Amino acid sequence: MQTIFEKSVPGRHSLGLGPRPAAKKAADLLPAGLLRDKPARLPECSELDVVRHFTQLAGRNYSVDANFYPLGSCTMKYNPRICEEVSALSGFARMHPLTAQLDGGRTSQGAMQCLYELERSLCAITGMGGFTLQPMAGANGEFTGVSVIAAYHSSKGRDRRIMLIPDAAHGTNPASAAMAGFTVVNLESKDGMVDPAAVKEAIDKYGEQIAGLMMTCPNTLGLMELHLKEIVSLLHGIDALLYYDGANMNAILGKMRVGDAGFDVVHLNLHKTFSTPHGGGGPGAGPVGVCERLIPFLPSPRVGKNADGSYSFLPESELSIGKVGPFYGSFGVLLRALAYIWRLGGEGLQRVAEYAVLNANYLRVQLKDVLDEPFDRICMHEFVASAPHGMRALDIAKGLLERGMHAPTMYFPLLVHECLMPEPTETESKQTLDEFCQLLREIVAHGKEDPAWLEAAPRGLPVSRMDETEAARRMVLTEDM
Amino acid sequence: MSNPTDLKYVKSHEWVRIEGEEAVVGISQFAQEALGDITYVEIPQVDDEVEAGSECGSLESVKAASDLISPVSGKVIAINEELENAPEIINQDPYGKGWIYRVKLSGLPDDLLDAAVYEAVCAEESH
Amino acid sequence: MPYIPHTQAELEAMLGAVGVKTLDDLFADIAPDLRPRKFLPAEGMTEQEVRAKCERLAGANKQLLSFLGAGYYDHAIPSAVDALAGQSAFVTAYTPYQAECSQGTLQAIFEFQTAVTRLMEMDCANASLYDGGSALFEASTMCVRASRNRSRIVIDEGVNPIWRKMLATYAHNLPMEFVLVPHRNGAPDKDALKAAIDDKTAGVVVQNPNFFGVVADYADVFAAAHAVKALGVIAVNPVMQSVLKTPGAMGADIAVAEGQGLGLPLSFGGPYLGLMACTKALVRQMPGRLVGRTHDKEGRTGYVLTLQAREQHIRRAKATSNICSNQSLCALRCLIYLSLMGPQGLADVAESSMSAAHLAVERLTSIPGVSLLNDQPYANEAALVLPVPAEAVVRRCMASGHRCVPGYPAVRAYKGLDNVLVLACTEKHTAGQMETLVCDMARAIADIQADEAFAG
Repeated sequence: MQTIFEKSVPGRHSLGLGPRPAAKKAADLLPAGLLRDKPARLPECSELDVVRHFTQLAGRNYSVDANFYPLGSCTMKYNPRICEEVSALSGFARMHPLTAQLDGGRTSQGAMQCLYELERSLCAITGMGGFTLQPMAGANGEFTGVSVIAAYHSSKGRDRRIMLIPDAAHGTNPASAAMAGFTVVNLESKDGMVDPAAVKEAIDKYGEQIAGLMMTCPNTLGLMELHLKEIVSLLHGIDALLYYDGANMNAILGKMRVGDAGFDVVHLNLHKTFSTPHGGGGPGAGPVGVCERLIPFLPSPRVGKNADGSYSFLPESELSIGKVGPFYGSFGVLLRALAYIWRLGGEGLQRVAEYAVLNANYLRVQLKDVLDEPFDRICMHEFVASAPHGMRALDIAKGLLERGMHAPTMYFPLLVHECLMPEPTETESKQTLDEFCQLLREIVAHGKEDPAWLEAAPRGLPVSRMDETEAARRMVLTEDM
Repeated sequence: MSNPTDLKYVKSHEWVRIEGEEAVVGISQFAQEALGDITYVEIPQVDDEVEAGSECGSLESVKAASDLISPVSGKVIAINEELENAPEIINQDPYGKGWIYRVKLSGLPDDLLDAAVYEAVCAEESH
Repeated sequence: MPYIPHTQAELEAMLGAVGVKTLDDLFADIAPDLRPRKFLPAEGMTEQEVRAKCERLAGANKQLLSFLGAGYYDHAIPSAVDALAGQSAFVTAYTPYQAECSQGTLQAIFEFQTAVTRLMEMDCANASLYDGGSALFEASTMCVRASRNRSRIVIDEGVNPIWRKMLATYAHNLPMEFVLVPHRNGAPDKDALKAAIDDKTAGVVVQNPNFFGVVADYADVFAAAHAVKALGVIAVNPVMQSVLKTPGAMGADIAVAEGQGLGLPLSFGGPYLGLMACTKALVRQMPGRLVGRTHDKEGRTGYVLTLQAREQHIRRAKATSNICSNQSLCALRCLIYLSLMGPQGLADVAESSMSAAHLAVERLTSIPGVSLLNDQPYANEAALVLPVPAEAVVRRCMASGHRCVPGYPAVRAYKGLDNVLVLACTEKHTAGQMETLVCDMARAIADIQADEAFAG
């Protein structure tokens, strides 16, 4: 399909989408040396050209709204339309973020109440003492959280530079820890879980150089960590802090509060657990919660409620790590999550975890004779499986695409050979799950008989398998390269 | 596997050919196979000091990245400039045209492996 | 049950298939003493209840007449942006890892990368970063990485103070050092910038127009940086970029921007959009996702995520950045906006905003005691010196019947500039609103002076 630049026709212009041409041109107002010498080569199209182009592009995507999308660790649940509607209300959309800082929030009370109520709700859901809503994505939340850990130790006059991270962790964990100046020490998993013996060994070796441990729980294999209490007490024994990566929070809503379990810092992915849309890769939001003693280290500003029921910004703490985002977080995303929480309430959120875990276990059981499942135990909201012997996860994934379903996450975690990781989420019906199992069964059976047939998948989509080596070697990153 | 017997190897899968005061470095057949189609090589620059056992560059493929660990110490005196535009040479001929850099030796570690021992290392890793 | 489709019969069948009796049995792996004693107490609401509550809260935010900018601008957004970017095939898709079923998102990102490079006149652009401030941090780390052994960043004080605070937060635990070069009456001190650059400098960071609205050409500053093998970084206003000298023409190595003005609502602080473009030599130092053009097995042109070996999911602690999710849908809005406006439409927006700002300055400086902070060229934003503290003027104007926000008091970020107000205009401001601004400010200034005289 042609690009919008290829469709551009010199001289075509959608008059009136911008303002009337100004009486004074840039050349009348600024010296020539400060101006660009030729216009930017942006598309020159009619409004209909643009509408048709982006409508056609949309037709070349799979999406939750059109296709089952069981991507493990991504929580591709249905994104309710009401959340979209309220986030676009002009009473919110038109607000300049600095206004609230100029008049102590007097003209922004509605928005400030939303921030306050979201923070309180997240505290109630996780058992943490306070939240910052500022981080703009999950990884940004991780950076914020580990920076709080760094600030905590340095406020105690300690030089703690080591962050323990299990080998099965998402890549963002070590990358975030490195950005906050930590040296990463890997913990080897045992039986698919963090091994307390490995934690002990690390403590013996590094002792009070250890600042904390980043854990995903349930972990990236979809398993609940069975030694949680022991691990927490080992680390708290040397006043190292426990970080909870909320990527898999959908599994434990109402079943375990991470604050009660001893975690000191947590980030949530609102675009996973709280159903804000993924948008083809963002925007997300990654609020960070902390226990009471870490609240002074949170970024500023945060919103508080006054005795008279009004809302204002809390004074900045001297211990605050500063600012990870320009204002109060991605407000439009936060609003969607808040509307979702209001819609479901506590009971509804607990049901989310119950049905997400039920759906994952149902798939796991139904697929036992189709895929190789390394862990024969109850899983949480997702599970890992290997492609049957001699088959590749990649081929099975492409086979699913050909049949109109998105593939599970593949080749992650690396610990599992030819890994496929389905996460169905709670919003999928038994009919959809049965259909998925049936398709997978057919694909595997046919693929075993005729590997070439499967290797040629997907057929019938806008493109077949792409030459990624050519992309990396030739590096055509724009129309002009 | 046919790892030339006139080369020495290290566990991080680089090879080195000692030529008097100088040495040539590349990555092994095993390493290039593990990486797959190599798309980019970051090479030390001429005059850089490299140290045995330390990172001095990296190799990238579509789905993986691997550090280049210098098997010897010394000063870089030449680099394989063809790799910049044609990194696939390493896939095609890791022990010949796919050489990466040449150093003026200042130190030689005593734990370099000969081909037979290195093959055992690879066999171990394949399991 | 909201958003859960299971019937009672299905629930029972599925529990039976799994081999448990109740839903709660699925959570036996969570130790009993870790089960919550309390949880979110609120009950669920119907859709209409949620809608009504949100409408009430949205209504509780007052409508204002605002001349606030400070990096974030209220430009008009064509209807087609919402309609096209709101298509659920874009909104509810994931990161395009499976290229065959994600060509819509992938091609859009490729086009976005192209649009950004053409706006900036740079070689490459990434698929987006979170916002302008985090983009500036990422640009700084690129300088440090590219220099191999330098850690010093020279930064102009005219760079947005919000972003400088973010920079300090992000770099706090890294081996990076910032040398702040003070502004001179709101204008960049280019001689001081050049003097601050030495052989320990990894990069120099400037902003155009700067926080006070001053437009400048930084070609000589970047040349000074290149002379010592340091890099030049510039943060720009992407709307004004349609008419201003480009980062490429100035010889910048990295250009960043807050992309909000290109089709994104202000929305009380986000989601926004970080733009980043750079020279080809730096592409492997760039953080975040990149889309590349390639071919499928049948030779058809298509798009994939590429150069992923730089990223966290492959290189983990050694990645160029920890960024994973970016602002894909915001980037799509930006691309659609740029496609609708075209080069002429975008220049109209820029020139109309500039004209409005020049008119506002002309009118406001006719108030006795009000003058421009400096005599430098400016575009859509300008710094005025008032005869009284700017904070007080802003407070009075906001309390007036028009609820006018005349601008940003510079003293909030710059000590000593108590009487300086930074005001911004966009194409949306009308002549009538300009009148209101002038009247309200004149009255506020006169009232404050009267109060001062009375107190004195």
